[in-house]
Amino acid sequence: MPELSCNAFLDITEVVCPVTFVKTKVALEELEIGQVLALRLNGGEPLQNVPRSLKDEGQQVLRLADNGDGTYTLYVKKLEEN
Amino acid sequence: MEITVAGKKKSYAAPLTVAQLIAAEEIENPLYVTVTINEEFLPAGQIPVKELRDGDNVEFLYFMGGGAFTDEELERYSRHILLKEIGVKGQRKLQNARVLIIGAGGLGAPAALYLAAAGVGVIGVADADTVELSNLQRQVIHSANDLGKPKVLSAKESMEAINPHVRVNACQEYVCAENIAALIRDYDFVLDGTDNFPAKFLINDACVMAQKPFSHAGILRFGGQLMTYVPGAGPCYRCAFKEPPPPDAVPTCREAGVVGAMGGVIGSLQAMEAVKFITGAGKLLTGSLLTFDALTMEFRKVRLPRNPRCAVCGEAPVITKLTDYVQPVCALKR
Repeated sequence: MPELSCNAFLDITEVVCPVTFVKTKVALEELEIGQVLALRLNGGEPLQNVPRSLKDEGQQVLRLADNGDGTYTLYVKKLEEN
Repeated sequence: MEITVAGKKKSYAAPLTVAQLIAAEEIENPLYVTVTINEEFLPAGQIPVKELRDGDNVEFLYFMGGGAFTDEELERYSRHILLKEIGVKGQRKLQNARVLIIGAGGLGAPAALYLAAAGVGVIGVADADTVELSNLQRQVIHSANDLGKPKVLSAKESMEAINPHVRVNACQEYVCAENIAALIRDYDFVLDGTDNFPAKFLINDACVMAQKPFSHAGILRFGGQLMTYVPGAGPCYRCAFKEPPPPDAVPTCREAGVVGAMGGVIGSLQAMEAVKFITGAGKLLTGSLLTFDALTMEFRKVRLPRNPRCAVCGEAPVITKLTDYVQPVCALKR
């Protein structure tokens, strides 16, 4: 799969829920509608919660890539101001 | 190649993107940084891809005034930021807001604690009293160690202990016709936590005249009530309650008693109205009075129409100057 181009990158592997989603919201706020955020997150709880919370807020999850080291990269397109 | 970063010449290996420079410079909160190259703004989307050239002059600018949250603040306010109705923007509004609490007693105590915890940027607290033993049954912002201390100082200490980010303006004064206009001027929202009718009417009239939104509340025994005035959006306190009752017609908390938790219930609701007003979340108690009876555990929302003949906010107001009602509020020593 080709790399998705993104407008910003955020690593939330150093924090735990709910700060994971809080930081994601802050990062998304900086983007324009239609721009893409690449999000590096841990498996387990963040992987379970962050994509779901993003969908709840009306953002579009484009793709989830397994980085093979226990972390994942989630590509999110901003559709809504939060 | 040589790049000037924040006024200092530094050597870097090419190629170098702006994002790499931000990482190399260990810029704090890189997501909030605005970059200029040779005095031209770089669009945020260009940061990961823009390559710097030899001789470029790079400056990092930070949004001030609550633009950037520190990690500590993000964690502290995470439960707010998670809410769709508040979010990052709402939290920033709270940070930039100024709320005045008149009375650091049964109502003002919980309201002040919650507003400080919520991160309201500037909170004014006005009260002339000192902490007495009988206050401690309900005024949870003061403690036994504060007996004899001005309430505003005790409140300030408690608020700052919870949240050192907020600025608390302590004003040890009785609110009266002479000082109220100057007192409320610098605030976005006023919270009436007083315990007597002259003060309540004075706050109402001053807020109507200054077009200042405020939360009215009152508690007695097992009951409480509140309403919110927003200029142009609904009635004022005087629309419903035309004038102060005659002195001694209505008992005060001191004579009739009040359950301590009642201040917690109603004062917290006042803080809730302030937070909603600031963030724009939900619907305020404009045009209705919320009453609570703790003995039956019944809340009632009574519709409150605007009175076109209201003496202060009506079409032809007769009250155009502030006066101290019945007994001068300034002289209300307890």
